[in-house]
Amino acid sequence: MSVELVDYDEAVAEFDPVLGLEVHVELNTKTKMFSGAPTEFGAEPNTQVDPTSLGLPGAMPVLNAKALESAIRIGLALNCSIAEHCRFARKNYFYPDMPKNFQTSQYDEPIAFDGYLDVDVPASEDGSKPAFTYRVLIERAHMEEDTGKSLHVGGSTGRIHGAEFSLVDYNRAGIPLIEIVTRPLVGTGDRAPDVARAYVAALRDLLRALDVSDVKMEQGSLRCDVNLSLRPSPEAELGTRSETKNVNSLRSVERAVRYEVSRHAAVLRSGAKVVQETRHWHEDTGLTTSGREKSDAEDYRYFPEPDLVPIVPDRAWVEELRASLPEPPAQRRKRLHAEWGFSDLEFRDLVNAGALDVVEATVAAGASPAAARKWWSGELARRANADGVELADLRVTPADVAELAQLVDDGKLTDRLAREALEGVLAGEGTVAQVVEARGLIVVQDDGALNAAVEKVIAANPDVVEKIRGGKAQAAGALIGQVMKEMKGKADAARIRELITERVS
Amino acid sequence: MNELVQWDATRLAEGLRSGVVSAEEVTRAHLDRIDAVDGPTSGANESGVHAFLHVDHEGALARARQIDADRAAGADLGPLAGIPVGVKDVLTTKGLPTTAGSRMLQGWVPPYDATVVRELHAAGLVVLGKTNMDEFAMGSTTEHSAYGVTRNPWDATRIPGGSGGGSAAALAAFEAPLTIGSDTGGSIRQPAAVTGTVGVKPTYGAVSRYGLIALASSLDQAGPCARTVMDTALLHAVIAGHDPYDSTSLPDAVPDVVGAARQGATGDLTGVRVGVVTELSGEGYEPGVVARFEEALAELRAAGAEVVELSLPNIVHALAAYYLILPSEASSNLAKFDGMRYGLRVVPEGENVTAETVMRATRAAGFGDEAKRRIVLGTYALSAGYYDAYYGSAQKVRTLVQRDFAAAFADVDVLVSPTAPTVAYRLGEKLDDPLAMYAGDVATIPANLAGIPGMSLPAGLSDGLPVGLQVLAPQRADDRLYRVGAALEARLNDKWGGPLLAKVPTWQGVSA
Repeated sequence: MSVELVDYDEAVAEFDPVLGLEVHVELNTKTKMFSGAPTEFGAEPNTQVDPTSLGLPGAMPVLNAKALESAIRIGLALNCSIAEHCRFARKNYFYPDMPKNFQTSQYDEPIAFDGYLDVDVPASEDGSKPAFTYRVLIERAHMEEDTGKSLHVGGSTGRIHGAEFSLVDYNRAGIPLIEIVTRPLVGTGDRAPDVARAYVAALRDLLRALDVSDVKMEQGSLRCDVNLSLRPSPEAELGTRSETKNVNSLRSVERAVRYEVSRHAAVLRSGAKVVQETRHWHEDTGLTTSGREKSDAEDYRYFPEPDLVPIVPDRAWVEELRASLPEPPAQRRKRLHAEWGFSDLEFRDLVNAGALDVVEATVAAGASPAAARKWWSGELARRANADGVELADLRVTPADVAELAQLVDDGKLTDRLAREALEGVLAGEGTVAQVVEARGLIVVQDDGALNAAVEKVIAANPDVVEKIRGGKAQAAGALIGQVMKEMKGKADAARIRELITERVS
Repeated sequence: MNELVQWDATRLAEGLRSGVVSAEEVTRAHLDRIDAVDGPTSGANESGVHAFLHVDHEGALARARQIDADRAAGADLGPLAGIPVGVKDVLTTKGLPTTAGSRMLQGWVPPYDATVVRELHAAGLVVLGKTNMDEFAMGSTTEHSAYGVTRNPWDATRIPGGSGGGSAAALAAFEAPLTIGSDTGGSIRQPAAVTGTVGVKPTYGAVSRYGLIALASSLDQAGPCARTVMDTALLHAVIAGHDPYDSTSLPDAVPDVVGAARQGATGDLTGVRVGVVTELSGEGYEPGVVARFEEALAELRAAGAEVVELSLPNIVHALAAYYLILPSEASSNLAKFDGMRYGLRVVPEGENVTAETVMRATRAAGFGDEAKRRIVLGTYALSAGYYDAYYGSAQKVRTLVQRDFAAAFADVDVLVSPTAPTVAYRLGEKLDDPLAMYAGDVATIPANLAGIPGMSLPAGLSDGLPVGLQVLAPQRADDRLYRVGAALEARLNDKWGGPLLAKVPTWQGVSA
């Protein structure tokens, strides 16, 4: 069972890894692939069902038009050809969480095929390996339906062994899935784990930009199967592959590839043969373990699904969808980086914080890129982090932030007052204008009140005034602070300095 | 016997409209009739018809009273409102047990109505109950029902046809004026033929399959059964039409089948070209069947139709192709019956209890021999190494049969043949010879492969047993069946001095 692993660097020096990635994407349609049952995640078990998603006798499928549209958009975004005519097939096998004991899927006629995705692979952390772009060839993207989920009760592990009984939840059964299959990724050399991770990340960004999926790997709406084989040299034939199922985070994709490279190398070095099998990934240990042996001859008894008519996408519609695709994420990032003029580090932080959309929207609403970045990567990033939510889910809109930035630029709010206004908006006290009004935050523009406060502070601090007159300009800070205190913060510090300077000199 | 049960649906509808009878009276008369003749299939009264698997006395009477109240309140009701109907147990009925004749679904009560059933309710028909059938519609005799055979009202020792023997026998025994059947390879038309009733398989996709428990999805078609062509047309008009819940449902408007039946009832077929399929007569067809068929052709000529012979060369392979396509699709459609979600669950004894062993034990106990035979056949035909040789070849034959029909219909308006090669045989006679049983559907199967509509109507008796005549029309031209069928029916009724069913032998309680 336990194999003495070969060190990764030694393994890739000796063998050439070849990857194949299969990514399942749950679409974010409101209803299921073949029926009107709802698709909400996390609902009470067996409440998101209807006769068709339960596979009740007599129930029939009807293709979800929105799912077809999403499938075509994904295909187009992956530079695929879109089938002129295609069909669903039945994949027959028995499993308790499959309501019909066949899965309605596409087999020999996928909706999209022969595409590619250019993936930017970043430089390694230590900079020893440079950044590069890898073109992942896409073999196909096809439509299918998800299965239900089994829950094993009574055992300590939650697995079927040792369980007293099992329950099945069909809420997930029939959720629309797109399976995206790559051609073998060759020539990645020692960067195979980085390419795998970068590909899944790029795919995730693309799907998010298309707004076709929640792409939440931790919730299973994006799931990756990692195929890996080693061969003695890039010229040799492909080696026997293992298929590691359901690798559900970007980091795990990278780790699973590294682990399998080391494991395959150990098997090959020992003179044994790699077994073609599915393997399970264990997040906690970073290991894979053997699942079931899988031969190419596994017989799913595919045949064309007779309950669904063939799909013949209208070509004009396909071209409309092509024309309305969003800007590819990689291209968009390059453009925004250039337009905003941020440093590489500043820009990378924004990308990592998932703040590009909100910053872009804030700039579009009138804020300067610098101000938008400052707000979203500062105050708001802290707040989102503390609340454990996405930036976009905060109770403040890009328009609100742009409004705040404008008020600061106009001198109507100080930074501190603006933060206080933001606090009110986040607390649900109303719009920026309403919070500023209700909390009385606006900077006092009336020089009368300000002059009075300045006079008072100067009169009370003759020693400080002396210092300033003696050439210590920085001593004015203490006076400014006191004036600000008198004004309860609702004053413009620059204006106070002006007034003090006028009086003292 | 209450004479109301002898009225056909058209006459009942008139009576209901004019207030001569109420829906409650009509319904009660049929329920009483069922109680009197349907009987148990074993024990003292072993010769009961057993057309019904489940009778909904209370529900039917409640619906009938509602219709009467609606009519009294001046509601605008459809032409068949208040008329009782039996529904083949292959269609789901909300709140009413639905078994498809299988032990697998014993006690299952669906949470939803099939579209056809919803349409029956919407049109005000009164569902009496569920009619007997071969398990999952597999069989031509109704001997493969898990709940006992149905008997032929013409001779209780004989089969009523299958798989819709219950729906046909209910009509011939005057237990219901209308019934719904399903036809995958002849399961409406062949029972109609051997019981002296009328049955129509509409164009594939003309009637929704949603809620029809699938046998072979590309062949299955629900359709109307009745005692007259006009009644069949009225029921056809109720259940046909587009259904957004069935992807294969046709978007077309329903052809005017009632108007066509009315036009045909004048007995005039001048200008109609009728093709006689040479391959569907002669060898293998009983002399009595052929004789009645020839007489019917003479009537068609007398009605002014031009009758020509033509050949459909590929039709001889239809039976073989059908018995590859049907089991293939059936093996997949029946996979859901595994004891996991509904219906029967058998927990194996002396074995580990896992999902797999429960599935195995449930399927072993729940499926009858005919179902198992076809599941094994279909699994084999679809398996990787044999797909092209079997399923793939069968689909090619299917295309050839479709082309043959298209060529024939370029020349003639309708095609005719005997519906079945023989009259009803004796119960048990072909139980051990599945191939002989399959051959009984040789004339009806081609229509299912081609998706075209077909009708069977009575053509007379042979040795005291009914013979059926089949009329076939091009896809979407279901109305032609009714025009030709009604004309033939009118002329034959004149010849016989009344409907054929007037000759049905005395059944317990049938005569006064």
